[in-house]
Formats: sequence, structure tokens, C-alpha cells
Amino acid sequence: MIGYAAFDTWWWPYVFIAIAGWLATDIWRWIGVLVGNRLKQDSAALTWVRAVATALLAAVIAKLILYPTGELNNVPLSLRLFAASAGFAAFLAGGKRIWIGIVVAVGLLVGGQFLLG
Amino acid sequence: MSPEPEPSGIYWFFKGARGIASLPAIILMSAFVGFCGFAVEAGIPLGETVFMTGMIWALPGKVLLVGSILAGASLPAAFLTVSLSSIRLMPMVAALIPEIRTSRTPTWLLLLLSHFIAITAYVFTMERIRDVPRVHRVAFFAGFGITVTSANIVLVAVIYSTVANLPAMVAGALFFLTPVYFLTSIWASTRERAGHIAMIFGLALGPVFHQLAPELDILYAGIVGGTLAFAADRAWKGRTGT
Repeated sequence: MIGYAAFDTWWWPYVFIAIAGWLATDIWRWIGVLVGNRLKQDSAALTWVRAVATALLAAVIAKLILYPTGELNNVPLSLRLFAASAGFAAFLAGGKRIWIGIVVAVGLLVGGQFLLG
Repeated sequence: MSPEPEPSGIYWFFKGARGIASLPAIILMSAFVGFCGFAVEAGIPLGETVFMTGMIWALPGKVLLVGSILAGASLPAAFLTVSLSSIRLMPMVAALIPEIRTSRTPTWLLLLLSHFIAITAYVFTMERIRDVPRVHRVAFFAGFGITVTSANIVLVAVIYSTVANLPAMVAGALFFLTPVYFLTSIWASTRERAGHIAMIFGLALGPVFHQLAPELDILYAGIVGGTLAFAADRAWKGRTGT
């Protein structure tokens, strides 16, 4: 099967990225526009679509914390979970101010690594 | 004396563009520093990394494409992997479009601008769009989307050669910023009870479906979690009338 390294030309990787990256992504954005054009404001259907979109994002968040890529993978899972939960609690306690949640979460993640050595 | 003129579309375009200095945009840029490091590590050349940034724009799709390239995946396999992750953009775009369009907005313009929709643009726009007059919402979104996308393309090009020298702990913290920011900002910008229930279900179901169906986990968690949240909200409304 033809892959990223199939042809020894400068342009092939760009074609590969355009098909497997751009087309594979924008096609869903276009379908979203066509669906969204038919949804009425304040309709039950829009509430449902919004709930699905929110749950999707929440699942992305959970995966980014539980199964991260790159350097974050080297931080213990328990520290990642603790830092994220404490950050969210601080965010709620601090009157839903986003920066408070971020400062607490990142501070605990970095501080915790120093403590654990 | 003539009355104060109404701010024009250009005013709102630049108002959206100023969103480049907002917390969501800054956090997204740090996430792109993280992605750029990942691409360098994977051996993707500068030109292709920049091209990917502009053409895909959604961060998870790019990470998966680089992963597919690393794994030596075929073109159809890579297309399928990226597609499956990008399906999640569909309900996001479908939820955002009714907020920004008017009955006279041409569909081709929305199709064109939809390219700039990814998680950050969605969160930023949903948070602020109620303060923008409806006729100028498309201009506001275009200003933000085009500016933030262009800025990140430039950012990736500029830091490509130096990003490998980032200390490991900083790189880890950069990867951590994104989920924590999404968690707090989506919670803060959600006004409906259904949205908060959907978030809790999504957080819980993401890992569950990751065990059951790793390829489609995000999609299943979204559809099942969102539908359950919608039903729970309706049932609640039916019993208490609120």
C-alpha cells in the first residue's frame, strides 16, 4: 500500500498530508456546516447536538490526562490526576476563574515532580 | 449632529482578531509549541510541519497524522485514522453555526470559515458570542479564527529549529495546560444544565470506551454521553419543571 515514504519526490509528502490530513478533517467541518444550517436556535435538536459536542470534548480531556503523548507520559498518572482534580476544585472554589484552576494544576504538576525527584 | 455610527463589520473583525491576546489563544499557542516538539522528534521536516498546521488546524488530528507517519501507515489507513478523530468536529461545527449565522449568511462563506473551527475557536466563540450583535458574529469569528491560525503557522515555523532544546519538565507542563484549560473553560462557558451533565458523562465514558473501542472512543463517548445527558436533563425538567 502507498504510504508517506512511497515516492522519492519533494511533493509526495504534501499530497499525503493534504489527503490524509486536510481532506479527512475538513470534510467533517463541511458536513457540520450543512447540518448546523438546518438547526433552529433554542430547538431540542440543537441542545442535543451541543450536549454531544460537549461530551466529545470531555472525552478528549480525559484522554489527554490519562493517555498523554510526549513528555507528559513520564509524569506518574496519580500526580496528573491529582493536579487536574485539585486545579478544577480550585477553579470552582475561586468563583469559576479559569486562571486559578490553571495555576493550581500546573503548579502541582511541576511541584509534585520536584517532590518525587 | 448625527448619532454615533454603529460599529461596522470591520470593527468586529478586529475585535475578534484581538482574541489572539486572550487566555485560550495563548494556551493554544503553548500547545502548538508542544506539538512542534513532537513533530521534530518524529523527523517531520519544517515545511511539512507548517503545512500540516495550516491545513488540518485541529491539534488531535495532527498528532494522529504524525503518529500514522511514524507507524508507516498506508494512505487509506492514515486517512481513516484522522477521519475518525475529526468526526468530533461535526457536532461542534453544527452547534456553532446556528450561533453565528443570520438568515442571509451565504453557505459558501460558512463552508470556507468552518476550516478555522477547532476546539479552541469553539470554546472562545461560544464564550463570547452573546455579546456580539448577530449581524457581526461571522466577522467576529472570522477575525479570531484567521488570526489565531495564521499566528500559529508563523509560530511553528519560527520555533521549529529551537524547540528540541526545551527542558522535559517544561514540555510536560505545556502538554498539561491544554486539558486543564479545556476542563475549566468549557465548564465556565456552559450555561445549560444539559451541558454540565454531558461533561461529567464524557469525562467518565472517555476512558471506558478507550478500553472497549480505542479507535472510536471519543465518538462513542460523545454520542452516548451527550444523549444520556440530554435525556437526563429532559427527565429532570419533566419532574421539577425547571
